[in-house]
Amino acid sequence: MFLVNYTLHLADDTLLLGHRNSEWCGHGPVLEQDIAITNISLDLIGQARNFYQYAALLKNDGSTEDTFAYTRDIREFKNCLLTELPNGDWAQTILRQFLFSNYQYLLYEQLQHGHDQQLAAIAAKALKEVTYHLRWSSEWVIRLGDGTEESHRRMEQAIAEIWGYTGEMFIPASYELEANTNGIAPDLKTLEAPWLQKVNEIFTAASLSAFAKATADKTYMHKGGKQGNHTEYMGYVLAELQFMQRAYPGAEW
Amino acid sequence: MLHSTDIATQPVWTILENVMDPEVPVLSVLDLGIVRQVSVNGNEVQVTITPTYTGCPAMDTIKASIQMELLAAGYSPVSVKQVLSPAWTTDWMSEEGKRKLKEYGIAPPNPKQQVCHQHLFAVDEGVQCPHCQSWHTRRISEFGSTACKALYQCNDCKEPFDYFKCH
Repeated sequence: MFLVNYTLHLADDTLLLGHRNSEWCGHGPVLEQDIAITNISLDLIGQARNFYQYAALLKNDGSTEDTFAYTRDIREFKNCLLTELPNGDWAQTILRQFLFSNYQYLLYEQLQHGHDQQLAAIAAKALKEVTYHLRWSSEWVIRLGDGTEESHRRMEQAIAEIWGYTGEMFIPASYELEANTNGIAPDLKTLEAPWLQKVNEIFTAASLSAFAKATADKTYMHKGGKQGNHTEYMGYVLAELQFMQRAYPGAEW
Repeated sequence: MLHSTDIATQPVWTILENVMDPEVPVLSVLDLGIVRQVSVNGNEVQVTITPTYTGCPAMDTIKASIQMELLAAGYSPVSVKQVLSPAWTTDWMSEEGKRKLKEYGIAPPNPKQQVCHQHLFAVDEGVQCPHCQSWHTRRISEFGSTACKALYQCNDCKEPFDYFKCH
């Protein structure tokens, strides 16, 4: 059972962030970056599909990738709170992408050598895409942080807004602990130091490190998403994401 | 080449040469390098494919096209299986495919993988303009009209063009 839950957790993280990023479609600050963020959405939702398909295979009770995405209720979703937060402005979206891609890169790097063949294959495949996302978002954090007075101010605001949702990524849920014990997933604690090192490197280049340090020192870390306790925003995301299947169950086109 | 052929699978490979990528209709599924295995048992065929990008929406259409073509050729049942490992790379694209891409107006992937590193603000990859053959080009965006492409512009003929990025 832990394997189903672990796989669903990986799927939910990518679905929620993919869905949030897709809200930028047609609203990006410039056309090229609108296309960039929606391409990243496509990659993330593609990864989510692979995980959901695998979870359906494991569960073997008639569940499909669609029933997982469209008919589960809030408490059944296991994504980190970070992925469900509203997009905020472009700075906040970019910052979240960087913080998450940084984590995802370190996680998949280990997962691809894990004992579960299918999760390893999905991770190895996705890692190529995540590498691209991480580079792109790192560059944008630097561009904005080290850009104009306004872009710098907005990056600071973004850090203040979402830093408190980063700690959860490294606090393992029971299914993550079991996945680790079984040689499938890494010990999340070992990812935290390299994650922070990368954050520091990029924030220093972006002239954001002093502000980030001061913020980190006084920020409370929220958690609960992995156990199905979500923020007030989650219901609204699902209302939009699941509307069609709720209104017309089983609809296909 | 990736695939081994024998007398039973040869006709299937020949049919697959005519199954095109719906997004880039000059490339066959063989040119793309996504067909990993073909097995034939009497009239029964199984084709194993691997996706280019995980979210590529063309995969479902490609699966359906492969099935249609093989059913039309008299094979039955036809199954198309998807595998993820080993992960697809542009190294598997055929030389013929690269030539066809360029003729179609899309710069083919460079031989060496260049997008999978973490160096920030790296110098743009040298990409040749598929229209005027100039190397004097610049990257406009790392992301293009589909997951597999980046957007470039030629500094000489000024034409924007897609680059099928290394992956």
